[in-house]
Amino acid sequence: MSYRVFDHTADMGIEISGETIGDVYAGAALALFDLLTDTSAVRESEERTVAVEGEDEADLLVNFLREVLYAWNGEGFLAKTCAVREISPWRLTAVLRGEPHDPARHRIRMEIKAVTYHQASVCRTAEGWMGRVVFDV
Amino acid sequence: MSDARFRRIDEWRWEIPPSGGMRVPGLLYTSEKLLKGMGADEGPKQVANVAHLPGIVKASLAMPDMHWGYGFPIGGVAAFDLDEGVVSPGGVGYDINCGCRLMTTRLQLEDIRDRLGDLVTTLFQHIPSGVGSRGKLKLSAKEEKQVLGEGSAWAVRHGYGTQADLETTEDRGVMAGADPDKVSDRALERGRDQLGTLGSGNHFLEIEVVSEIYDGTAAEAFGLEAGQICVLIHSGSRGLGYQVCDDYLAQMVKHVHEIRIPLPDRQLACARLTSDRGRDYLAAMACAANYAWANRQLLMHLTRETFEKTLGMNPRDLGMRLLYDVCHNIAKIETLPLEGKNVRLCVHRKGATRAFPPGHPALPAAYRNAGQPVLIPGDMGTGSYILAGTERAYTETFGSTCHGAGRVMSRTRAMKASRGRSIPGEMAARGVIVMASGRRTLQEEIPEAYKDLDDVVEVVHRAGLSTKVARLRALGCIKG
Repeated sequence: MSYRVFDHTADMGIEISGETIGDVYAGAALALFDLLTDTSAVRESEERTVAVEGEDEADLLVNFLREVLYAWNGEGFLAKTCAVREISPWRLTAVLRGEPHDPARHRIRMEIKAVTYHQASVCRTAEGWMGRVVFDV
Repeated sequence: MSDARFRRIDEWRWEIPPSGGMRVPGLLYTSEKLLKGMGADEGPKQVANVAHLPGIVKASLAMPDMHWGYGFPIGGVAAFDLDEGVVSPGGVGYDINCGCRLMTTRLQLEDIRDRLGDLVTTLFQHIPSGVGSRGKLKLSAKEEKQVLGEGSAWAVRHGYGTQADLETTEDRGVMAGADPDKVSDRALERGRDQLGTLGSGNHFLEIEVVSEIYDGTAAEAFGLEAGQICVLIHSGSRGLGYQVCDDYLAQMVKHVHEIRIPLPDRQLACARLTSDRGRDYLAAMACAANYAWANRQLLMHLTRETFEKTLGMNPRDLGMRLLYDVCHNIAKIETLPLEGKNVRLCVHRKGATRAFPPGHPALPAAYRNAGQPVLIPGDMGTGSYILAGTERAYTETFGSTCHGAGRVMSRTRAMKASRGRSIPGEMAARGVIVMASGRRTLQEEIPEAYKDLDDVVEVVHRAGLSTKVARLRALGCIKG
């Protein structure tokens, strides 16, 4: 998985590429936590299962990241890994492994208010798959 | 969008004529200089996208601080017919009722010049700020629902302010129709411990001094004089508001698909104002708006306490008074003139401020002749403007004007531009003491990341959407 941040005047966009579509979803979740904190300091002591539905791949990506973001800003959970368990164009189940936020060990770099539907996309590329999404920060 | 798609109307207005699925034209209030700066910005395209929404009346408007948002542009205004039209959570934004509150004091600059460092430090210690900051108040489920129903009045009822504060808050700090049962458990959970917190990003609290008066009569009505110390607060509804927007937006993305409203961008998802879903969103949005007003009321209370304690003054000598509180991310049902008639419309102000004219019944008696105070914060360390609402805004822009400087540089570019620089040092050289929870916030918020505040304000002043009353210079700033 690799991701890059792309320019958006008000907000922040990420572009994730991977060999499979599952890599794109898992990569997007990790990119989100990578923007939030230094994930090398996060331990894998707990897990959360995230299951979502969507109308298409892009909707599924946004809905997935909305749930992943809620794990952080609703429940204070930081993830280090993400494994996709089940995937179809309309359904996704993934397992996040990480731990609750510990202010002594985890410095939070920025606030991500929300995951937007604006210009969200998931598509095939010559090398595999690519996804794009814009965060409200 | 190429410049060929704009048609210049006069010195300050450019039209985007309707094409494709646009139901009304786009109308940009700007200047040649600011328009040029939009270059690669997708803002104008978003103005055109908003014009596709059902029931939109007159035009999709953009204020001079307009910039690329998600769905709606930031700095956009759009009004909808109540029968045919829609409400769009994205047209309000995640930070529902993000807004500004300006307090005046009896202090002059020389009274606090030597104490400024202490004041900024104690404010920073006393007022929770930063990502996910938690407040000192832990609300029970019952109390939180009261906050959502009552807004600022809840805070005043619990000793965090006075009745006079309510008089000078837009809509007296409460939006009608709030129904806490329409707010999700997730949103309620996130709101429980964030009341009285500033937040992060572009939210701030600034100590400012009145540096220039443009309109002596209006300034007197607003209780402003040169050299006076003021405090400006910029904050909103925190996690509760973000969650309300997120919840309803997801529902409406499905809904627009079902009712077949074709949209150029999913983020514009909406529901008819006459539908249950539309009404439920408005009831939940009102809860978040009320939470934001209570939040700013509490932040003001904390500021008052800090000033009194640090300066060893009693409330009477300090005289910290609320000049006004405005929201700049909201959708409201308002009666406004349209084609010579007064009609009820649902006005979305996404990064835009209400600017009601002199004589409007919504204004407090003391401001009735001057017009509604409009608070325009600048970028970090620049200070702010106080303007007054006008008849022209009332008839032309659904009683709306700009809301701030408006970003021109993405946060990533700002981070690059500020690499290796000491932003607090640069601010200190300009005579502004800055403290922030996160170093990154200061880098992302460097002044050059924003349009020139003077340019933006000049457009609304010259175009007659609001008139300059006073300019304030920043002295000290705390950020999340």
